[in-house]
Amino acid sequence: MSINLNLSQVTIREKRLKSIVGYQGTIKDLAEQSQSGCLKNASRGFSQATNCNSGCAQGYLSSITDAAIVNHGPIGCAGDVAGANAGFQWGQRIRDWNQRNVRIINTNMSENAVVFGGDKILKEGILKAYERFNPKAIFVTTSCASGIIGDDIESTIRNVEAEIGIPVVPVFCEGFRSQIWASGFDAAFHAILSRIVKPAEKKRPELVNVINFAGSGRAVITEIFGRLGLVPQFGIPYSNIEEISRWSEAAATISICGTLGSYMGNGLEQNFGVPYVTALQPHGISGFDDWLTKLGETVGKEKEVEEYLAEQKILAAPELEEIKFKLKGKKVVVGMGPSFAHNYIRLLEDLGMEVVWGFSWHYDAKHDHGGCPSCTTELTKKDKDIPVSVSDQQNHEVINVLSKVKPDIFIGRHPGMSVWATKMGIPAIMVSDEYSAFGYQGTIEFGHRIIDALTNNSLAVNLSKRINLPYTEWWLEQDPFEFLKQKNKRKESENKKNVAVR
Amino acid sequence: MRTRKMSLCVEQIRHVCTLGAFESVLAIKRAVPIVHAGPGCVAKLWTTLGSQNGHQGSGYVGGHAIPCTNASEKEVVFGGTDRLRKVITNTFDVIDGDLFVVLTGCTSDIIGDDVGEITRKFQAQGKPIVYVETGGFKGSNLIGHELVLDAIIDQYLQPQQVEPGLVNIWSSVPYQNTFWSGDIEQLNLLISSLGLKPNVIFGPDSSVDAVNDIPKAQFNLVISPWVGLRTAEHLKDKFGTPFLHYPALPIGPTETSNFLRTVGEFAGIDPSVVENVIRKQEDRYFYYLERAADTLLETRLLPRRFITVADSLYALGIARFLTNDMGLIPEKQFITDDTPTDYQSDVIAEFGKFTNDIAPETVFSNDGGYVEEEIRKLKIRSRPLILGSSWERVVARDLNAYQLSVSAPIGNELVLSKSYVGYNGALQLIEDIYSVVLNDFM
Ligand code: SF4
Repeated sequence: MSINLNLSQVTIREKRLKSIVGYQGTIKDLAEQSQSGCLKNASRGFSQATNCNSGCAQGYLSSITDAAIVNHGPIGCAGDVAGANAGFQWGQRIRDWNQRNVRIINTNMSENAVVFGGDKILKEGILKAYERFNPKAIFVTTSCASGIIGDDIESTIRNVEAEIGIPVVPVFCEGFRSQIWASGFDAAFHAILSRIVKPAEKKRPELVNVINFAGSGRAVITEIFGRLGLVPQFGIPYSNIEEISRWSEAAATISICGTLGSYMGNGLEQNFGVPYVTALQPHGISGFDDWLTKLGETVGKEKEVEEYLAEQKILAAPELEEIKFKLKGKKVVVGMGPSFAHNYIRLLEDLGMEVVWGFSWHYDAKHDHGGCPSCTTELTKKDKDIPVSVSDQQNHEVINVLSKVKPDIFIGRHPGMSVWATKMGIPAIMVSDEYSAFGYQGTIEFGHRIIDALTNNSLAVNLSKRINLPYTEWWLEQDPFEFLKQKNKRKESENKKNVAVR
Repeated sequence: MRTRKMSLCVEQIRHVCTLGAFESVLAIKRAVPIVHAGPGCVAKLWTTLGSQNGHQGSGYVGGHAIPCTNASEKEVVFGGTDRLRKVITNTFDVIDGDLFVVLTGCTSDIIGDDVGEITRKFQAQGKPIVYVETGGFKGSNLIGHELVLDAIIDQYLQPQQVEPGLVNIWSSVPYQNTFWSGDIEQLNLLISSLGLKPNVIFGPDSSVDAVNDIPKAQFNLVISPWVGLRTAEHLKDKFGTPFLHYPALPIGPTETSNFLRTVGEFAGIDPSVVENVIRKQEDRYFYYLERAADTLLETRLLPRRFITVADSLYALGIARFLTNDMGLIPEKQFITDDTPTDYQSDVIAEFGKFTNDIAPETVFSNDGGYVEEEIRKLKIRSRPLILGSSWERVVARDLNAYQLSVSAPIGNELVLSKSYVGYNGALQLIEDIYSVVLNDFM
């Protein structure tokens, strides 16, 4: 589906990318079903708290340095702002900037506004944000409440915009609209693509847009790109509106995460003629090789990339061997967003570990360029099939699976997950930094992190001895996917064939 | 003197919406919230009340373990009651708990799902379950906290034979007040020291048995400017339990000794018992204070004046201690808990009862952006001390002030059992404040 910037709202992932949050099977089956177009979402008869797209949209946009956000909803909908601020402090810290707080105003919607409409308080909020922060643009994020009561956000915004003369851009991200929280990234990028990015006045053939989060890997990438004669432009966080408006000038766009970058990258390609590099993620050796090679192909730097990679291979070889030796045969369960999950499965298998289960918190049957995600198809090339499931962090499934497959380690990427493995006596690693396991040195670093976690598991063991899980014995004896209403669901006995139970 | 800010919008939030009261359920051991709301509510609310507030984790059944309907477009259009019924039914099989509390969010309350009808069917089957409508637009999670208790009182509690000496304490709000569990432990110690028996409803020693025992109490003790009053009144109506309202959090010898005398008198405890407790505790407190005094007087650049940005419970408790016991001078006191207008004059009155006729100016505002503007306008001669949340770290740096986080959200500290309550809590607070000062030198 092509990206239409004339619409005020992005089409949610369920419709655009056939994304799902309910599936259980194997990686080969998942890829096959998504390629044949018959992958269906399965619902659940029991569910636990997940996340919504508003968090992704608001959090991402809030770190644009000279923009402000007006969150139109009751105060609870700004509950995640404290988290966005914590992230923002870190991002400023690693740039050696003076730290300030995020600029988000909530319209504090009360019962009165719910009954009589919130257009007035929205206008007030926008004017307040303008007066307080003197921003270059204001993004208005919506909420469940504003969505249901049907406030005419667009017309309010148009009026205020005419008054204050800066872009005031709606970001539709009501929590109930999409089950896929990553739809919030698309909502943010849609706002940026449709209202902030301008057609290029001049092209800059050396410039590469790099879509990421906090951007801790800036120095390393700048160095590598420098060797290739390229200049990275990191964003969207910690960029300003003027810089973002010129993202169309670049020679290419590349992303640290397929889930994150798909809409922005393809939007820039389709609407502004900037090619998007749809490679594997740069985590682990094969991922990094692919990422850099495809970038080289896109911008005509094949030879430079080849030389650089050959050099790195030799440098890293001894340490990688040592890590593989130490990790060989260790059983690991992975639980992350789809792109990271499937990339980390590959990376861990490459390190000689055995991935006994892969959870992805959703799955996009295709990306915006039209094809099945490359990190998924790549995994189907392996001889061994890997058991996977898709859930939006459904804790009962995770705990049940962990209690059955008993891995040596759990590797996750979202807050509130690693702790559950630890409570079961399984050491865990949370990959919160998107540049963890980046490139050759990052992969070595990450390998040592796993070795350390395996070397001393005392915290996990001690916790598990004294802590009760909130699940009944009955539940732990059930098939982990008891509540998943999937037609072609595998029986537990079939699963066991794929899962090495110790 | 007081100011109330009239603007509606809010920047730098310090409390969340009514639904945030699911955290109060989590504060009762083996009690389980069931949330009927959109998919993001729990994660959002938990950020301000948990992960970015002293880094309080998910605990037994918090975070992603909370049963939740994750209401989608389908539920919003066609109603969410079927989905809720299914989730509740399966929760009883999957989750090992003693009391279940259904809480609704905006989606359900706006479209008008009849959650009461569903819950009553489970109640009729003898399940320990109650429901409460906590749609976010109803107000703050402090109001939500009282609504959850109302639901438990009305739908769950049974009359009991009164047990002399048993006291229910309603004070620090779980998870909202970053130090709530330590506070509860300290308050329990203080009450126990008088020979009374605290009925421990929240925190590490809590249980659903204690919840069942609420009607057994000889009296209810509300230690807070306003939160919890409604609960005590409700319990008085329903079970005839008398209550004592002590409006300030007791921090430091002046307030804590006064608190113990007040409670002792209300409970009919022999004054000599009370005085004995006080003497021992004050002796210990002043042993340490005497040792600290050199540094309190002789360190370079000591703060003389302080600004508090906190909910009324902490603002009052901390300001009284620093003024009455430590000789500091209160600058503006910002009260951020969205104190209902009915209670504001009572809160103001309490800010008029300080030593040496000091009456700090109070400002009611839950808009941190406004508070920040006001702080920047103040002219303070010495290096000020700002006691607020982690939101104030920026303004403190800009004004070259000392900053200590004492109210939600606190992202810059890991808080476990720490408390500023009582005699010992005051020592802890002195340690923390002056460590900030000393750290600034080295
Ligand atoms: S305000 Fe409403 S939608 Fe927002 S978090 Fe609270 S209950 Fe959920």
